[in-house]
Amino acid sequence: METKDIVIRTEGLTKNFGPLQAMREVDLAIYRGEIFGLVGPDGAGKTTIMRMLSGVMRPDAGKIYVDGVDVGANAEGAKLRLSYMPQRFGLYEDLTVAENIFFYGELFSVPRGERVARSNELLEAAGLLPFRRRLAGQLSGGMKQKLGLVCALIHTPHVLLLDEPTTGVDPVSRRDFWAILYNLRETGVTILLSTAYMDEAERCSRLALLHNGEVRYCDTPAGIKKAMPGALLAIISAGPRLLREIVSGQPGVLGVLLMGDRLHVRVDDSTRRIPELQMLLAGHGITGADIQTAEPGIEDVFVALLGGTV
Amino acid sequence: MNVRRLFAMAYKETLQIWRDPRSLAIALLMPLMQLVLLGYGVSLDIRHVPLCVYDQENSQQSRAVVKSFVSSDWFSISRTIHNQTGIDYALNRDQCIAALVIPADFSRRLAATGTAPVQAVFDATDVNTTNIALGYAQGVVAQTNAQIADGWAATHGILPSLVGQVDLDPSTWFNETLDSKNFIIPGVVAVILALVGAELTSLTISREWERGTMEQLISTPVTATEVMLGKLIPYFAIGFIDAGFCLVSAVYWFGVPFRGNIGTLLITTGLFIVVVMGIGYLISVRIRSQLGASQIALVLTMLPTTLLSGYTFPIDQMPAPIRAITFVVYSRYYVTILRSVFLKGSGLSDLWAPLLGLSIYALIIIWLAARAFHKALD
Repeated sequence: METKDIVIRTEGLTKNFGPLQAMREVDLAIYRGEIFGLVGPDGAGKTTIMRMLSGVMRPDAGKIYVDGVDVGANAEGAKLRLSYMPQRFGLYEDLTVAENIFFYGELFSVPRGERVARSNELLEAAGLLPFRRRLAGQLSGGMKQKLGLVCALIHTPHVLLLDEPTTGVDPVSRRDFWAILYNLRETGVTILLSTAYMDEAERCSRLALLHNGEVRYCDTPAGIKKAMPGALLAIISAGPRLLREIVSGQPGVLGVLLMGDRLHVRVDDSTRRIPELQMLLAGHGITGADIQTAEPGIEDVFVALLGGTV
Repeated sequence: MNVRRLFAMAYKETLQIWRDPRSLAIALLMPLMQLVLLGYGVSLDIRHVPLCVYDQENSQQSRAVVKSFVSSDWFSISRTIHNQTGIDYALNRDQCIAALVIPADFSRRLAATGTAPVQAVFDATDVNTTNIALGYAQGVVAQTNAQIADGWAATHGILPSLVGQVDLDPSTWFNETLDSKNFIIPGVVAVILALVGAELTSLTISREWERGTMEQLISTPVTATEVMLGKLIPYFAIGFIDAGFCLVSAVYWFGVPFRGNIGTLLITTGLFIVVVMGIGYLISVRIRSQLGASQIALVLTMLPTTLLSGYTFPIDQMPAPIRAITFVVYSRYYVTILRSVFLKGSGLSDLWAPLLGLSIYALIIIWLAARAFHKALD
C-alpha cells in the first residue's frame, strides 16, 4: 500500500471475556480511502474489534487511534468522526425512515439545511426516497441495512465501521449497498467492514484474516491468495461427494473443499499429482473426470490457511 | 449538555411512547383503572351492619333504643329474635354481625336508677369490621344516653347538667363526616403515581437493550446525562397529566374536600414524580429485559406504597421495627403531604418534615440515576 496516512491504527489491542481471550494483541493499520475487510470464522473476534474501534467497548489493553483521535482517552471525540453500524439492526423500528434520519442527524448536530440535502441525496442513492414515511420495522432486510447506512452517513463521518452489513440481504440490495460504498471511498471515507461473504472479501482493498482473536494474515486479496501453500485443482464430475471420499487422505492432498458441483483439491505439486489422481479415479471406475488447475478463491485460501486449526 | 441532542432524545422517546401500546396503556388506562378499583373498592366505612334484635321487654323505651340503632344508618335490623338460642343461630349462620339484647326489666331499672344495661354481642371473626361496628354502637348508645339523661333529669326535677352522666362528646376534626373516602383517596393518588411513574420509566432503557438499539445509540456523541434527561422529560409530562387527572377526580368525582393551595400540591407532586421516575429509571438501567424491569418496578412501588405508606394501615399502629422501615418508603411522605394539603389545607411550611424526607429522597435518587448509566456494552 502507498504511504498514505493511517486512519485506523491499533496497537496490542487485547480483550478478555472472563477466561476467554477474545482479542490478543492485535495490531492493525488501515489507510485513508481503504475498504478494509475483516474475515474469519464465527467467534474469531470480528464484532469485538468493531465494538472497540467504535468506542462502545473498552479494551483491556492496547491503543486505538481513529482519525488521529485516541479512542481510549477520548472515545466521545472519536465518535464524532466515525459511524458504526452494529450487526443487529440498530435503528428504531417504531420510527419512520425520516424520523430515524432526523434523530441521528440531531445527535450529531448536523445543521438543518445540510441534513435535508444530505438525507435526500443518500435516500436517493439507496432507492429509499419513496419510503420516507414508512416505519423502519416495515422495511425489507435489504432496505433496513441501506437505511442503517444512510443514518450512519448523515453526519459525513471520516471512518465507517460496518459489522456484517450485508448478512441476510438480497443480491440486488447488496449490489446497491456496495455501489454506495465505492462512491464513499471516492470521497476519501475509510471503510472497515466484516463479512461472511467471500465475493465481498474479494472486493476489499485489503483483508485481515482473524482467528481466535488474532490476525493471522493481512494482505490484499491477491496477496493472500499467493500465501496459500500448494496448488489448487478443480475436479468436475458427477457425484462430487463420492469423489471427496476417494480423494481425501491421498498422498500429496493437503485439503479438499466441496464447491457446489465441483471439488476443490489442494495438492503440494500439481504437475505430479494430476496424473496420480486420474489413475486413482480410474481405479474406482470413474472415467471422464475433468481435472484442471484452478485459480484459488478467498474461501479456498482461508480453508487452506486455517485448515489445521478450524 | 447539548440542547439539540436533549431535544432529539425527548422527541424520539415521545414518538416511541405514542406508538407503543403497552406504554400508552400504562400512561393513560392504568390510572383510570386504579382510580376506579382503589377508589371504590377500598373503603373502611361500614354501613348497614346487619343487627339482630332480641327485645325482651318490648316497651316504649326499649323500642326507642332499637330505633336509635336503626335510624343511625350504621345498622339495619336483619332479624327480630324472641329467645336466647335465636342469637346463637343468627350469629352462626351469618345472619347478623351484631346482636342487641335488651333485658326485660330495662325501663324499670332505668326509671329507678337512671341507668340500665343493654347487651351487644358481636361476631368478631372479622376484627376490623367488629371494631368499627363496636365504635358505631358506642356512638349510638352515647346519643341515647344523652336523651335519656335529659328525660330522667326532667322527671326528677334536676337540671340535666347536674346529672352525673359521663359526657361523651365524640368530636372529629378535619374529616367531620368520618368519611374514610377522604382519608383513602389522597392515598390512592400516591399509589397510582408511584406505580405508573416507575412502571413507565422502568421500560425506557431496557427497551433499548431488548430491541438492539442501544449499541448504535451509544456509538453516537450523545452523553449519558442527555440520554437520561431526554428520556425522562416526556415521562415527567405524562406523570403530571396523570397526577392532574387523579387529583381532579379526587375533588370533583369522589368529593374529597380540597382546602390547601394548588402551588403546594404541584411542588410536592413534582418532587414525588421525580422520585418514582428516578426509581423506575434506575431499575431500567440495571435490568435489561422490559418484562423483568416492569415486574421489579411493580414490587418496589406497589407493595411498599400500599402496605407501608400509611395509605390504608396507620403507621403509628405498626410495631416499632416496621415503623422504622416506613421512613425509607418514599410514599409515606407524599401520602402525609397529600392528606394534609387536602384536608387541613397545610402549606409548605407546615409540611417541612415530610417535605424534607421527600427532598432528601429525590436528591439521592437523582444522584444515583445520574451515575447509573454508562455508555458501554460491558
